[in-house]
Amino acid sequence: MEEVRLIEVKEEILADNNKVASGVREKLRNSKTMLLNLMSSPGSGKTSLILRTLEGLKNNLRLGVIEADIDSTVDAEKVAAKGISAIQLRTGGFCHLDASMVTQGVNALDVDKLDLIIIENVGNLVCPAEFDTGAHKNVMILSVPEGDDKPLKYPLMFSICDVLLVNKIDYLSLSDFDMDALKKRVLALNKNIRILPVSCKTGEGIDAWVSWLKEAAAAYIT
Amino acid sequence: MHELPVTESILKVVLKHAAANNVSKVVSVKLEVGKLSDLADEWIQRYFDYLSKGTIAEGAKLKIERTPVIMKCGACSKSYEVNVGDMKEVVCPNCGESGGELLSGREYYIKDMEVQ
Repeated sequence: MEEVRLIEVKEEILADNNKVASGVREKLRNSKTMLLNLMSSPGSGKTSLILRTLEGLKNNLRLGVIEADIDSTVDAEKVAAKGISAIQLRTGGFCHLDASMVTQGVNALDVDKLDLIIIENVGNLVCPAEFDTGAHKNVMILSVPEGDDKPLKYPLMFSICDVLLVNKIDYLSLSDFDMDALKKRVLALNKNIRILPVSCKTGEGIDAWVSWLKEAAAAYIT
Repeated sequence: MHELPVTESILKVVLKHAAANNVSKVVSVKLEVGKLSDLADEWIQRYFDYLSKGTIAEGAKLKIERTPVIMKCGACSKSYEVNVGDMKEVVCPNCGESGGELLSGREYYIKDMEVQ
């Protein structure tokens, strides 16, 4: 029997993905386009938020959207109906987007004519948190009906985001959702995260989100 | 949930290092995965067994070490371990401040491998 020897590997498992993600960031740095990765559970309001954001920003920034959907083009059609460049990636059962899939989306857009690209990731609070997409900012939505305990169940997602949008605050009076408890739990995981309560239905809080986005985009370009 | 693409990456790295080191068989692979990751160890091994069929890594045993979640306190800068099952109480045992900066718990790393 041959002798067993040890080889030092010391390599990141996702090194390939991280390399592709860095490539995406560099390409978009050159075209001065900011890439924003939007994540949440299914049904928490990603598409509605994108539509609200497009309305709020369309006179200020040139926008593109990369939509990930398991097997439909519904979301991209809604965005394209607003006159915005939208690319639909069919993930065919994948639970998240990785940097290669995002590269396909970015390559299909005319990035020299865009200031901001929003990625609508697959609806899921687990897997998208583990894969670098090449985005400059990570943003998540938690909606009131999902409950204030989600940071305890999905800590990784809350720990990697720059902004948490708490959507559907128009439901607050009907629920026992505790906003202070949520904020405390989230800040314990990530003290730098910005928490912005919004309602895509009534429009409440959307101005504060749009202002954050404009400032982030301005800071990115300079 | 995404064990398959992660396992594909593991196999790719393993085969690359095996090829560079004149290996005839991979016996085991030691991984470091942070406790914040939701990867299921059992599924990584099952996918690995499936994907590695017909390669020199076929039959290799994956040894997965879970690295602890360590926070650095935002107030007193002392670091402390957090129990993943009890994320409600992320409080510094030294000064009582809540939360801080995540030092470890997100690792996704291949440490070494035993080969013949």
